[in-house]
Amino acid sequence: MSMLGSLSASNLDSPRSRKGLLLSLALGALALVILPMILPGYQISIVTQILIFALLAMSIDVLAGYAGRTSLGHGAIFGLSTYVAIYWSTTMGGHIWVGLLLGIVAATILAAIFAILAIRTSGVYFLLLTLALGMIVWGVCQRWTSVTGGENGMRGAGRPAFLIDHAHFYFAVLLIIIPVTWSLWRLVHSPFGWALRGIRDSESRMRSLGYNVQLHLFIAFVLSGFYAGIAGALYAVFNDFVSPSTVQLSLSVSGLLMAITGGIGTLLGSFVGAAAITSLENIVSIFTERWPSVLGLTFIFIMIFAPEGIVGRVQLLLARKHQQS
Amino acid sequence: MDRRHFLKNTGIAAVSSGLGTLAIPMAARSETAPIRIGLMAPLTGVVAAGGRELVDGFTMFWDSIGNEIAGRKVEIIIEDDAANPDTALQKARRLVEQSKVDFLFGNLLANTGIAVANYVKGNGEPYFIPVIAADDLTQRGRIPNVIRAGGYTASQFPRVLADWALKQGYRKVAMISQDYAFGHEQCGGFAQTFTEGGGKVLQEFWHPLNTSDFSPYLGQIAGLGADVIFAMETGSDSNRFLQQFASFGLKGQIPLLGAQNSTDQSVIRTLGPECEGVISAAQFCEGSDNPATQAFVKAYNAKFGKIPSLYGFSHYVGAMWVAKAITAIGGKVEDRELFLKTVLKTELPDSPLGTPVKFDAYGNPIYDVFIRKVVKNAEGKYWNVPVTTYKGVSQFWNYDPETYMKQPPYTRDFQGIKKA
Amino acid sequence: MSLNLFQLLNGLTFAALLFIVASGFTLIFGLLRIVNLAHGALYLFGGLVGYSTVKLTGSFLIGALASMAFVAILGVALDKGLLRFVRGAELRQVLLTLGVAFLLNDIALVIWGGDTYTVPVPEALMGAMRVGSVFYPKYRMFVLGLGVFVFIALWLLINHTRLGALIRAGVDDPETTEAMGINIRMVFLGTFMLGASLAGLGGAVGGAFLTLHPGADAEILVFSLAVVIIGGRGSLVGAATGALLVGLLNSIGQVVFPELAYFIIFGPMALILAFRPLGLFGRTA
Repeated sequence: MSMLGSLSASNLDSPRSRKGLLLSLALGALALVILPMILPGYQISIVTQILIFALLAMSIDVLAGYAGRTSLGHGAIFGLSTYVAIYWSTTMGGHIWVGLLLGIVAATILAAIFAILAIRTSGVYFLLLTLALGMIVWGVCQRWTSVTGGENGMRGAGRPAFLIDHAHFYFAVLLIIIPVTWSLWRLVHSPFGWALRGIRDSESRMRSLGYNVQLHLFIAFVLSGFYAGIAGALYAVFNDFVSPSTVQLSLSVSGLLMAITGGIGTLLGSFVGAAAITSLENIVSIFTERWPSVLGLTFIFIMIFAPEGIVGRVQLLLARKHQQS
Repeated sequence: MDRRHFLKNTGIAAVSSGLGTLAIPMAARSETAPIRIGLMAPLTGVVAAGGRELVDGFTMFWDSIGNEIAGRKVEIIIEDDAANPDTALQKARRLVEQSKVDFLFGNLLANTGIAVANYVKGNGEPYFIPVIAADDLTQRGRIPNVIRAGGYTASQFPRVLADWALKQGYRKVAMISQDYAFGHEQCGGFAQTFTEGGGKVLQEFWHPLNTSDFSPYLGQIAGLGADVIFAMETGSDSNRFLQQFASFGLKGQIPLLGAQNSTDQSVIRTLGPECEGVISAAQFCEGSDNPATQAFVKAYNAKFGKIPSLYGFSHYVGAMWVAKAITAIGGKVEDRELFLKTVLKTELPDSPLGTPVKFDAYGNPIYDVFIRKVVKNAEGKYWNVPVTTYKGVSQFWNYDPETYMKQPPYTRDFQGIKKA
Repeated sequence: MSLNLFQLLNGLTFAALLFIVASGFTLIFGLLRIVNLAHGALYLFGGLVGYSTVKLTGSFLIGALASMAFVAILGVALDKGLLRFVRGAELRQVLLTLGVAFLLNDIALVIWGGDTYTVPVPEALMGAMRVGSVFYPKYRMFVLGLGVFVFIALWLLINHTRLGALIRAGVDDPETTEAMGINIRMVFLGTFMLGASLAGLGGAVGGAFLTLHPGADAEILVFSLAVVIIGGRGSLVGAATGALLVGLLNSIGQVVFPELAYFIIFGPMALILAFRPLGLFGRTA
């Protein structure tokens, strides 16, 4: 079976490329710090949104790119965290920071439930099962009006005063995203991460090597849900509003598309993917209201011509050039 | 230079240049500069047809006055909210913070409107909602800069309909509705007035939005022995409901009352005799022979090839209403406090509604409400004609506002039903 | 008692429509290994083409045929024009068809404007008829009959014709079949057209009582997914069983457990996926 993940070309572990990577990362981080100083307010909020969605996309990539399990249920995990955070800070009148933590915990628990049901499957069946599970969460949010506000959703209690300014909030998100990304990076480059790659490439081989495949997949799914939960909690502060649209399938689809556009199995490609898709949406909407068509064409184009994504493609090209020289 | 870091850089350059093209330079603003209006409508997604009409009705009004008011040009910036609250929020931010519009208008689905209302609550941007009917926006959760110009609260008209139904001698009602706040509120309005007037609610059926097959519900409704049925359906659900109601032979057996959206042009435009005879209550009536109404319906029909629906009507009227206030303050929309205050005290005597309207103290209009019936017109199209009119109906019916707002908002579990 | 017969008929007639649509889905999924997420969009697009044709010609039959033909051609374009670039890559295929679904729905929105349409029913099928102790719409009985007819026709096609034998052989062992001088690609293309045209037929038939509107594609797709997942991919009997189960759960479940309206389909679907990933009648291929 040819998984998306097997297309990934990540081989960043030679000392030379590692040095280059660190340098480019430093420059990337520098750009992220300078960006808000040159951009007007609204666009800072767009960049903030890109960061949040990039984290969602990375959480999907952990499973899709490293464990070979493509999920269409992560929007629900992300959105549950948003729901819990908002519910805590409004209906329960609790503190927003506690709400964020509870949101992340809830998302992690939900991911564990999803994982128990889903890790036995793979390929399109995994995709369809996570889709179905996501639909159930959506149904609950829609129907359980007394708690979730149903279709109309819930308004938040307002951002904390010091985060109202777009630039302030951006830096707060950045301060969270950087260490979180670092931990994700460590995760996929840990022995655990390599074991996941082994499972992706051949489950039977890993099993005969004595690995507990199911346990690895379970942990990977739960961790992935934890990160999606962080993204969802940040989104709660960002939008100060939640409705079933936030747990809807379309969010899972966007997250996956961002991960794929950046490059499945590249992790940091998610930032490129989130930026590319969000910018495309913003630019396209200036000229036409036919965004769904553009989105559809983007999907088709990437699947046919660049399934390895932007970062994946560049890595392949570089690898090829490297061999020639 | 390392190749990989080149890649990273170009990646970011691509992003920032992508964003850069969005940074439309802002012209210096003054009171002779154009008045900028941000209009949000669902132009894609499930209610795109209604969204298109909303834009048509709105722009038709501004075109009719040459897109100029009080000596200032009017510039309308239209954004697609995709029928999704998250998108609506992003577009509202873009309109307010980047396009620097003077005020916002529009949205169709309640959840998109509520999300945007929550956003403007924080920054005071005036926001007019001719379609968003969520009760609390002009009641318990009122936001002073959110005004329902041309709009209505969900429970406002069903009360009129319930009163009329009682006068026809109906005593036992079966109710069916989409299971979301807009439905809970409309049904609550109906059920409360109906039961307080001595009627009885036999059962309320709540079905998910986008129910493709109504037959399970119709089967149950048929066996209840109701005098009358009240259906609160919007869009394609309403279309399907009316059709299946007829095909299961219930039409003609039990009289059918509908929420105004159930027999709106957006629904009955593509229907046949299934919709004939359904009774509803609303602030406008496209088949009324009032000259102002007919002039508008004719002009709209000539321009867009269809009879206007609620979306076209309300956005035309809403635009007209706000425009009248802008004229009154000499175009000074930058003075938000003055602008909002003036809008609230502006009365509109000559709109396509055909009857004069004004605001109550909470930013919701007081209307003459029509009881309407669907009939076939001379061109063979179905439309709503007036049966009778209730004068001066506010969102609080004949309750005292303060007392009324002490009762909880309508939900699936609280319908204001008075125990017999 | 008559109420129960009534609800039973509701479930059966809905199941018949689901079977027509889902059998096309399962053919493509089972034999070609493609999860075609554009199947719902084909249903909607086909239904709208059918609607316009009926309006133009006044004939329901011509409308249904036009819908089938049009969607079959769309199927060829999809298979020959796009899917051939991603052969064998399961997930790329799925996501590509998702992109096609976005595109088709948006094009439909531009052409038909997003209003809700109902395909006009022929005079003979209007009104109600007596079934046992209840009066029931004739048209829905017609849909039930059509569903049974499609099942028998497909059964005969797959199990008792040369084409069916080729399809089965091609799935089990493409290399050998190819070596026998048979153009297996043509067989697969034929299957794809057949599967797509069933979505078109479903659109025209379903459009007459479930209406056609933006979003109808997603609804029917979700139902079809549930049917195929419950029944098992590629199995006609599975699709029929799945359709019956989903159809009856949908109508009777909504009466008995109105609180669970949203779980009634996805709950069983998730359980079956988790514990019998290949569905009730699925086999490892």
